[in-house]
Amino acid sequence: MPSDPVERRTPLPEPRPLPVGVMVLAGLLLAIPLAALALVPTYAKKDPHLWGFPFFYWYQFLWVFLASGFTWAAYVVIARARRGSER
Amino acid sequence: MSAMAANSGVNGVELGVVLFFFILVTAGGFFAVRWRRADSMQSLDEWGLGGRGFGTFITYFLLGGDLYTAYTFIAVPAAMFATGAVSGFFAVPYTIIVYPIIFIFMPRLWSVSHRHGYVTPADFVRGRYDSRILALAVAVTGIIATMPYIALQLVGIQAVLDTMGIGGSGNTFVKDLPLIVAFAVLAAYTYSSGLRAPALIAFVKDGLIYLVIIVAIVYVAVKIGFGGVFDSAQTKMNTVKNGKPTGSFVPPSSLYWAYGTLAFGSALALFMYPHSVTAVLSGRSRNVIRRNAVILPTYSLMLGLLALLGFVAIHEKTSVFGQDGKANPQLAVPHLFDQIFPDWFAGVAFAAIAIGALVPAAIMSIAAANLFTRNIYREFLRPHATPAHEARVAKITSLVVKFGALLFVLGMDRQNAINLQLLGGVWILQTLLAIVVGLYTRWFHRWALLAGWAVAMVYGTVTAYRQTVPNASTRLVDGKPVTTVHGMRHFGTSLADFPGTTTKVYIAVTALLLNIAVAVVLTLVFRLIKAPAGTDATQPGDYYSDAPSKGVIVAAEDVIAADAPERTRAPD
Repeated sequence: MPSDPVERRTPLPEPRPLPVGVMVLAGLLLAIPLAALALVPTYAKKDPHLWGFPFFYWYQFLWVFLASGFTWAAYVVIARARRGSER
Repeated sequence: MSAMAANSGVNGVELGVVLFFFILVTAGGFFAVRWRRADSMQSLDEWGLGGRGFGTFITYFLLGGDLYTAYTFIAVPAAMFATGAVSGFFAVPYTIIVYPIIFIFMPRLWSVSHRHGYVTPADFVRGRYDSRILALAVAVTGIIATMPYIALQLVGIQAVLDTMGIGGSGNTFVKDLPLIVAFAVLAAYTYSSGLRAPALIAFVKDGLIYLVIIVAIVYVAVKIGFGGVFDSAQTKMNTVKNGKPTGSFVPPSSLYWAYGTLAFGSALALFMYPHSVTAVLSGRSRNVIRRNAVILPTYSLMLGLLALLGFVAIHEKTSVFGQDGKANPQLAVPHLFDQIFPDWFAGVAFAAIAIGALVPAAIMSIAAANLFTRNIYREFLRPHATPAHEARVAKITSLVVKFGALLFVLGMDRQNAINLQLLGGVWILQTLLAIVVGLYTRWFHRWALLAGWAVAMVYGTVTAYRQTVPNASTRLVDGKPVTTVHGMRHFGTSLADFPGTTTKVYIAVTALLLNIAVAVVLTLVFRLIKAPAGTDATQPGDYYSDAPSKGVIVAAEDVIAADAPERTRAPD
């Protein structure tokens, strides 16, 4: 592999960053799970139980799915904006 | 099916199953050199990054195999078994929040590395800040922090061997011989196949792990019931011993900060580790990383379920006395499997744990070898090394690193294996400013970053060293556990009082705050005196280079095609 692929790839159009609005929306979507799990006092309790699981445990399991959902939403937002900018 | 593995001799069925899988992955490891064949393995791009062409599917297994290690299978459940939520279950929020964090900054690191041919995070720091010394600091930190993490993998393999009745007695050499043999074989195929070996073996590993965890959880749900498991755990954690509760079932208000900082500190640290960066850089595009940030939490679900097996072991009154007669919480999960599964399936579970430790150990040693070769050997010792020469040095270094980790584990205390990883986190997190913040801004001065790093490394290490706990060991005497204490031992916990308060926080986070404070103040000073800031080798466009223009995406594909026209790629 040649030492620097940049040279080989020129002259290509310089890519542009995504619009600020898109970045902010994606950033917010990603910040929600971080904020939810940072607030330890909101979930460090035993009740209500669900299927034998104390709240502390099932709530964090729930966030595995929610966080994946929010990350996916951020992915969709960015992917759409990118397709839009090509038209 | 014996509840007491201690002194019951070698279990032939379990050993047979484990050996079968071990031979299978060994063959796979050597075969991997032919997989997605390159023209030549004589460069770091091929040996150390698998040709930089892995798609979403392979990257999923590689990253999963890389990040979910013996830490997940042995150390986390052991911590849950011994002291409960604060020392163990924080790993669940940790592995949840890590993915949004990756989604945000890893594509930038991928882009800039791809454009400039960077192989390690230290390569990036070198280019961004024009500072050999800062790059050296990042590289050395990466290598040091990786050592205890590899050692943790060995502790995992040892726990499995001990459960099967191998090792544990006799002199030191005979006792640890199986571990040394397993590691020598691992070293041999990593040497020949590079990153392709763990990438291929990761499929076997993850398949086995998912199988075992699903069977175990269904068994617990049907035969035992989670309600009873949580009740037993709560009873144990609330039992008062020497005036203190055994552990925490749900974090008490005094430990909210501990729980939160352990989760966030570990999450921020994870992607500073060289082995994570290696796996990410081997991906084919930015979108490979983003898609993986969406789907990798499936492993976090598995980690959470495995953590609960620590509580199941409490409920099932699993004995954790090893071959040497001493209590060892690391044995909780292997002994539980031995107890509840028939021998052949316990063998499958043990193979899963052992291979689950070998895969990350291989990637970690490759990553450490990349760091040494690029940022120490080529930078300071042999500036004109050819790619082939680099690959040769990296191969030899991967052997040296594994040997170092072996000494680490044979020599160091293994009472609290999760601490090995947390100690690594204290160090690696101190490279965050140079790497992550560096991806966004060059505001910080290179010398200020170096000073902040140095102060935080010293502070973190000294603080961790000063956390002493009683050096206790528990043995069975006439069927009753008897605990003896031999003085105090250092590095007992990764939590310490935040300066000026009595609130416990993860030492890595305190050290990072100190790091930031020093770097900010000194940056202002260096700017005032106009200290030379060096030349930035990167350009703004380098950080989002496969988007959003269609022309660039097509061109990037051309580059890959030109590199390896004969390569068959997995569907993305």
